[in-house]
Amino acid sequence: MTDILVLTDHDGAAPKKVATQLLTAARGLADDAAALLLGEGAQGAAEKVGAYGAATAYVCDAPEVDAHDTEPKTAALLAALEASGASVVLYPAEPFASDVVARAAARVGGGVIGDVSDLAREGEGIVATKQIFGGDMTSRCTVRPGLPAFLGVKPNAFAASEVGGSPADVVPLDVAFDERATRVRVVEVVEESSGGRPEMTEASMIVTGGRGLGDAEGFALIEELADALGAAVGASRAATDAGWYPHQHQIGQTGKTVAPQLYLGAGVSGAIQHRAGMQTSQRIIAINKDPEAPIFSIADLGVVGDLYKVIPPLIEEVRKRAS
Amino acid sequence: MRIICPVKRVPDTAAEKRMNEADWTVDRDASDPILNANDEWGIEEAMRIKERVDGTEVIALCMGPESAQQTIRKALSYGLDGAIQVTDDAVAGSDAAATARVLAAALAEEEFDLLIMGNQSSDARTTLVPAMLAELLDLPALTFVKHLEVDGERLLAHRETPNGHVAVETSAPAVVSVVEAINEPRYPSFKGIMAAKKKPLEVKDLAALGVDPASVGHAGSATQVLEVTPRPPRQAGAKVEDDGSGQAGATAIADWLAEQKLL
Ligand SMILES: Cc1cc2nc3c(=O)[nH]c(=O)nc-3n(C[C@H](O)[C@H](O)[C@H](O)COP(=O)(O)OP(=O)(O)OC[C@H]3O[C@@H](n4cnc5c(N)ncnc54)[C@H](O)[C@@H]3O)c2cc1C
Ligand SMILES: Nc1ncnc2c1ncn2[C@@H]1O[C@H](COP(=O)(O)O)[C@@H](O)[C@H]1O
Repeated sequence: MTDILVLTDHDGAAPKKVATQLLTAARGLADDAAALLLGEGAQGAAEKVGAYGAATAYVCDAPEVDAHDTEPKTAALLAALEASGASVVLYPAEPFASDVVARAAARVGGGVIGDVSDLAREGEGIVATKQIFGGDMTSRCTVRPGLPAFLGVKPNAFAASEVGGSPADVVPLDVAFDERATRVRVVEVVEESSGGRPEMTEASMIVTGGRGLGDAEGFALIEELADALGAAVGASRAATDAGWYPHQHQIGQTGKTVAPQLYLGAGVSGAIQHRAGMQTSQRIIAINKDPEAPIFSIADLGVVGDLYKVIPPLIEEVRKRAS
Repeated sequence: MRIICPVKRVPDTAAEKRMNEADWTVDRDASDPILNANDEWGIEEAMRIKERVDGTEVIALCMGPESAQQTIRKALSYGLDGAIQVTDDAVAGSDAAATARVLAAALAEEEFDLLIMGNQSSDARTTLVPAMLAELLDLPALTFVKHLEVDGERLLAHRETPNGHVAVETSAPAVVSVVEAINEPRYPSFKGIMAAKKKPLEVKDLAALGVDPASVGHAGSATQVLEVTPRPPRQAGAKVEDDGSGQAGATAIADWLAEQKLL
């Protein structure tokens, strides 16, 4: 019997990076983990999960999955739970996946713990560690024994590693989609150009711009530094509110929570609501012309100076040393 | 049209948090409680529909201790028509699923076309309650919405993604959760603040809703908190004064990145 089912995100050809991390985490927790892949291209990607130790891959690539929002995926997840007998689901801690899981958990009376940064088996159960209150506190929690557990794991919480297993045994799921599964129709998927930059929540480095940039054009400089480092771009609320950068890049209490290897903030004061989204970053650099800016109290390296003076030579230095 | 806005009372982010060590719940008396900011965006969106569609009624719904009435009045001051409060000692310690069960029980007694709520609460930050509520009420959900069009029963929403949006369509009744980009909430007017004091507030306990107290709160929550520990505060590291040309600052950062093996 399978212990853990991994909701495995894929790009139509292979599992996504966060999915390979989840599959690796599952391997450390159970003898037998299976993958669940949904939507167009799931078949092809499914075979590749074997390399990360999953012997079985449940697949549902019915057209309903992509044509409708959330609920066909919930139906497929419930079918996979039944087929596999798994009592634990690992899923990527991101909004759309958590919706799928929230519905499934409400249906089966399970417990959901999101934003998990570490997992450990303790006796019969799994204990999850997560940061709460914007990183002010650490919580260890679990799902009551005997109840299905849905655990949302943060990107990069685990390092992916291959075990070189043989291709997974692909099991097609036969899911009946009733009216409720198809009541929300996907009209259009609109992707703005990300300039080839990584997604903020998955990036290992993030360069963040704040009100100190003075205008929207300032973000061109932030992007240039980000590109030199291979980093994602973040923004404070002052910057997104002013319309200088899209809201989905906002870091903080009402934006995204990020914990990259490096956070570099320029022209960001470090208000508590901003810190709530970035203070668990592994390393923090701040550039601010005000020596009293609160961000300096949490920065590993603070530079008191004008960002428009410091960043151009910094871009040069980074390019020089990287080549 | 009847719109219900679930709203939560949360501790102010800026305030120091304390945990009750007996059950690892937030000590809600230790900090100044406020209306969850995200729910203000939901209220604003509902009020814009009310202003556009004649005969629209907007009601707030809050599960929380009796003292949450202050927060409910704050919500009413935006011009809402009334509020429902569910309060009962037994709901303390409810996780997202148990919270959704209580809210769903309260909503089962109501007629409504839309639930419009924030995408997350600033304390629990689960984002789970909207989808769970939709599941329990057997309703479609449009979540993480940054743009909403309501045309009679037809709903069109843009769900925020990391690099754009997904446009989705359904019909009311439905659950909608909204993100910050959706609107700029108004400030309550003086008239609104005065009127809020007299708006109808219906208070219900679990018995009135027919909810078994053992199915909610601590005992009825599927998730259990084992331990909460404060994180050691971050220490300030090196601070370098730039020389005014930018070069000193740039070199300091590049050297440090190299030392940390990030370059
Ligand atoms: C309910 C609520 C939720 C919130 N949620 C968020 C959130 O999710 N994310 C968020 O970021 N904020 C959030 N805020 C807002 C937060 O309180 C701050 O207002 C915001 O973070 C400030 O952004 P900032 O640091 O860019 O701007 P400011 O605080 O104005 O700081 C700008 C900084 O730039 C420096 N500066 C100016 N010019 C230069 C220059 N040429 N070179 C170098 N430095 C320069 C200044 O010294 C200053 O420190 C929230 C607030 C509330 C009430
Ligand atoms: N106790 C509560 N009473 C009313 N609404 C709530 C409550 N808890 C959560 N909500 C709603 O659910 C949304 C998401 O909260 P959460 O899932 O806790 O992040 C909030 O923005 C509120 O609209």
